[in-house]
Amino acid sequence: MAETALDGLKVLEYCQMISGPYCGKLLADLGAEVIKVEEPSAGDAARTRGPFPTDVPHPEKSGLFLYLNTNKLGVTLNLGTASGRELFRRLAEQADVLLEDRPPGEMAKLGLDYASLSAINPRLIVTSITPFGQTGPYRDYKSYHLNLYHASGHSSFFYVAPRERRKESLVVAGGGVGDYDGGLSAAVATLAALFARLATGQGQHIDISKFEALLALERVMVALFANTPEPPPLPGMVGGQMPCQDGYVVVTPVQSHQWQALMEMMGNPAWAQDEKCRDETTRAQHRDEIQPLLEEWMAQHSKEELYHEGQALGVPIGPVRTLAEIADWPQARQRGFFAELDHPQAGRLEYPTAAYKMSETPWRGERAAPSLGEHNEQIYCGRLGYSKEQLARMAADGTI
Amino acid sequence: MTTGPLEGVRILDFTWAWAGPHATLLLAFLGAEVIKVESRRRLDHTRLRSLMTGPTMTSPDHSVVFNDLNAGKLSLTLNLSQPKAVEIAKRIAQISDVVTENMRPGVMERLGLGYDDLKAVKPNIIMLSSSAVGATGPERTYAGYAPTFAAMGGLAYITGHPDDPPMPLSGAVDLRVGTTSAFAILAALHYRARTGKGQHIDLSSTEAVSTLIGHTFMDYSMNSRVQTRAGNRDQLMAPHNCYPCLGEDKWVTIAVACQEEWDALRRLVGDSRLEDERFADAASRWQNQEVLDQIIGEWTASHSQEEVTQALQKVGVAAMPLLDGRALVRDAHLRERGVLQPLHHPLIGERLTLSPPWRFSRTPAQIRRPGPLLGEHNQYVLGELLGMPSDEIERLVAEEVVY
Repeated sequence: MAETALDGLKVLEYCQMISGPYCGKLLADLGAEVIKVEEPSAGDAARTRGPFPTDVPHPEKSGLFLYLNTNKLGVTLNLGTASGRELFRRLAEQADVLLEDRPPGEMAKLGLDYASLSAINPRLIVTSITPFGQTGPYRDYKSYHLNLYHASGHSSFFYVAPRERRKESLVVAGGGVGDYDGGLSAAVATLAALFARLATGQGQHIDISKFEALLALERVMVALFANTPEPPPLPGMVGGQMPCQDGYVVVTPVQSHQWQALMEMMGNPAWAQDEKCRDETTRAQHRDEIQPLLEEWMAQHSKEELYHEGQALGVPIGPVRTLAEIADWPQARQRGFFAELDHPQAGRLEYPTAAYKMSETPWRGERAAPSLGEHNEQIYCGRLGYSKEQLARMAADGTI
Repeated sequence: MTTGPLEGVRILDFTWAWAGPHATLLLAFLGAEVIKVESRRRLDHTRLRSLMTGPTMTSPDHSVVFNDLNAGKLSLTLNLSQPKAVEIAKRIAQISDVVTENMRPGVMERLGLGYDDLKAVKPNIIMLSSSAVGATGPERTYAGYAPTFAAMGGLAYITGHPDDPPMPLSGAVDLRVGTTSAFAILAALHYRARTGKGQHIDLSSTEAVSTLIGHTFMDYSMNSRVQTRAGNRDQLMAPHNCYPCLGEDKWVTIAVACQEEWDALRRLVGDSRLEDERFADAASRWQNQEVLDQIIGEWTASHSQEEVTQALQKVGVAAMPLLDGRALVRDAHLRERGVLQPLHHPLIGERLTLSPPWRFSRTPAQIRRPGPLLGEHNQYVLGELLGMPSDEIERLVAEEVVY
């Protein structure tokens, strides 16, 4: 079996839904041992959300939960009990990293915050992932993806051409992408802190604000507004997204040779010789005249035809694809972007893997997401040394 | 100055545009020394203009966009069409830990700077190649930018109001790709620290987008069903939308996930229509969300964004104003957390820029210097790091190798 990048790294994850679990997944998929701690009975709230096979809700069959918890071990633990908190401390004592996403102050009330845990494990890195961070006036605010996405300015930075602008509200990005962003940002910081520990031998606390993780992705736009009180409205892109015969394509002729290639694809129309099309500046100035000519031509062709013919000539062009079209895309297939994993209840399903192919340390497809408490015996008996009788007692008294 | 977590890591950076530079920007924030290789022959186009923000820069050293995406890095000008420049790049690779590039697959190999070439001079080098659709597969030579990554990765199709076209997303998508690259590089650094081995990382920007909406593929995997655009609606939660507030084009978002939150909202709004059995449980609220949105919208419309937000948050309901660029930069929370910081640039002057997005208690990430002027660090890299005498450097400049 191939080596993994993060072999030997021990992570304790006490997180729900998307951000924290995505951070844990990124580490687990590259070989870290991630022990996911869930509340007994209900577990991670993601288990209640679909998609479910044939739309029948089942806590072990949530597509959201299954995708976000691959390659992890799962234990149940009730932190509302003193014995549960003691078990948690023992797990944290053996861990390199704790990922937690409780509202600020809650872990401290449980005696499980960075200050308490670093006293028993000074090498521990605690990554706290919350909507607005551990400090500041919004620290106690509740916020779901919808709230955070719109609050971080992202929806206002979408380019919407003036004639398409309507009297309706701006729109949130699909797929909960902004929650993934928080998890990805936390994973970068966590690995960096582990790297620092190689030199210092010391752990530390990392405060991740999902709000700021989102803002960081619009650093150019935010800086524009911060330094220019009334910036001019965004200019439209010449090209951009355009309807075509069977959907939409996106064209981004950023460099002059790319514009030339686009004109070549369109059969070098006479209007392209006009002074208005001379360079990027003149084209932007005359966008309203040029854009309809591009659209008229695109409308006569299919998106895949435009994609392959355009790319062959050097035009940066891409089809707007549905998820099914991506799942069936030969390029992704050939790269092995999708992998099948077996799950005892959900069955054999295909999962997206990772965008990076690492030559020495492949993405790990060892196991599907854990069922609730699946690894209680392995961890509590095998790792912490409890007997099976003690395990049964802890299950009966509500500790696990 | 305190040291960052990646103190001592050196990165030789051939990336340009947005995605690649954002990866090395993050690593520079974390304390790595990033040497950006550029050339007057082939300028990073963010030094010249920006698709997003419009303005054409007065000179390559005055670009605010470049500054925002390349703060903390060093600049070395090398004309890689000259064999001598390639040799110099290899000498720097020999004393580097990581090499990054986002040219079209095949270009670095043609230049003699492919992974095998670099591995020959530095066996444990880590190299990241970021491209539109990956360095393998039938479409590996295809090119793209953020809008095509979003379109082909699935995000555009599932974003937008149901009756509207898909939403072409842009700048943020590139930065997502860059963050993904930074993560992969850090994982490779861990592997190298443990085993002494380097490796090559082949990253597909389009796949990076797909992984960040990964669970939406599960519906296709399970039910052969394809998610479409749902505006601001959620598959389970209701209310879950943007609601109009007092003032022109002012909106607040409200999302209710459980009965407890619903009860709090209902009591606060105090409209008897919300007692109706159409809204008694989560499933009925979802079924009747259009009427529900109407009633809540009537309430929000007579209050300011701040009033609605504060009143709902006080009773434990998730609500936030929709903020645009103007509102964000005045936001009290961001001010208190120092999210915007002044950065002095010798030609642009003092300008606010976004601080690193993580708070480390022990090894803070920080912006150590503004975006570099073109070739600003030629002397440091060639003279100090490679030990070239100044007459040799002058000769290389005259020959347009250092250019």
